[in-house]
Amino acid sequence: MAEEETQMEVKEEVPDLTPFDPTKKKKKKKPVVQDTMDDSVDKLTEKTENLSVSEGVENAFAGLKKKKKKPVEIDPLNDENVDAGEDVDDLIGEDEEGEGIVLSQNPWDGTDRDYEYDELLSRVFNILRENNPELAGDRRRTVMRPPQVLREGTKKTVFVNFMDLCKTMHRQPDHVMAFLLAEMGTSGSLDGQQRLVVKGRFAPKNFEGILRRYVNEYVICNGCKSPDTILTKENRLFFLRCEQCGSGRSVAPIKAGFVARVGRRKAGT
Amino acid sequence: MSELDVQIPTTFDPFTDANADDSGAGTKEYVHVRIQQRNGRKSLTTVQGLKKEFSYNKILKDLKKEFCCNGTVVQDPELGQVIQLQGDQRKNVSTFLVQAGIVKKEHIKIHGF
Repeated sequence: MAEEETQMEVKEEVPDLTPFDPTKKKKKKKPVVQDTMDDSVDKLTEKTENLSVSEGVENAFAGLKKKKKKPVEIDPLNDENVDAGEDVDDLIGEDEEGEGIVLSQNPWDGTDRDYEYDELLSRVFNILRENNPELAGDRRRTVMRPPQVLREGTKKTVFVNFMDLCKTMHRQPDHVMAFLLAEMGTSGSLDGQQRLVVKGRFAPKNFEGILRRYVNEYVICNGCKSPDTILTKENRLFFLRCEQCGSGRSVAPIKAGFVARVGRRKAGT
Repeated sequence: MSELDVQIPTTFDPFTDANADDSGAGTKEYVHVRIQQRNGRKSLTTVQGLKKEFSYNKILKDLKKEFCCNGTVVQDPELGQVIQLQGDQRKNVSTFLVQAGIVKKEHIKIHGF
């Protein structure tokens, strides 16, 4: 039983090594083998932290090492203990504890409970964010400016930054206009300065709601929620293709539906 | 063994259901509730796409009674019959149609602002 021996070694080393990192020592009341395992886990932790996580921690460790006056022995010891720790893990079958590399700010510090999945996940993301933040998936949200709306006379509404919004969405103004007019059930056109003039009275909030619906239906990718998509027309059908994840879907054509006759009728009809 | 597994679901054909329920992109099956502005702050609500089996006149009668508004059934050459109500009744109409069990909630599309 070579493992047994290594475990014994570990156990012997334990009182020697515990002051090594008093803050990180878990206060677990467990059998001796468990304790050694925990210690080895701690060492694993320290090793990983020394390798990657942060400079400040490493400096602190260096200081501690100097106090202990045996800086040379620590590395091989660590290696050995890591191996032993993994073996112990396999023996006991508490892999989840073995894999939980413990940082000092973790919520399970000082308790005896099992680790929740969410905690471990958030921990992984914290580490990832510290080391290489571009991988952590902090998605930048594309912000659309609110629509600026003017009243032209009493019966017409002018949508001033219509072109800007079309550009931010990467959509043809014709398509957006067709959708807006169909949804509002009115008629309208682009004027000389490329503003959208709509018949009827509408508040900016109304435009916002309709644009939101447009974005949901014709811009956002269903798979990855990114607005980086292209709308193409293939034999009379519209298809949306995502530039981020490459997925595609078909979108419904814009239909005006029923528009009731409003206003004065001509004498003839 | 695997053949058996394949054979069993044929009693429930997923395609018939899809065809009956969604019919392509699903545009046919939706009930569209729209609003249209009139002069001043008046407006019209149109309900389009109800199933042909329903008696539009009876539905209209109940809608009128419920919302205290007037309305008609308009015959459109392309879209068939369309219910037209006075005023902005979109919320009312959708809740009414769902509660009466005429349409399912996910098949109602409310347009307009």
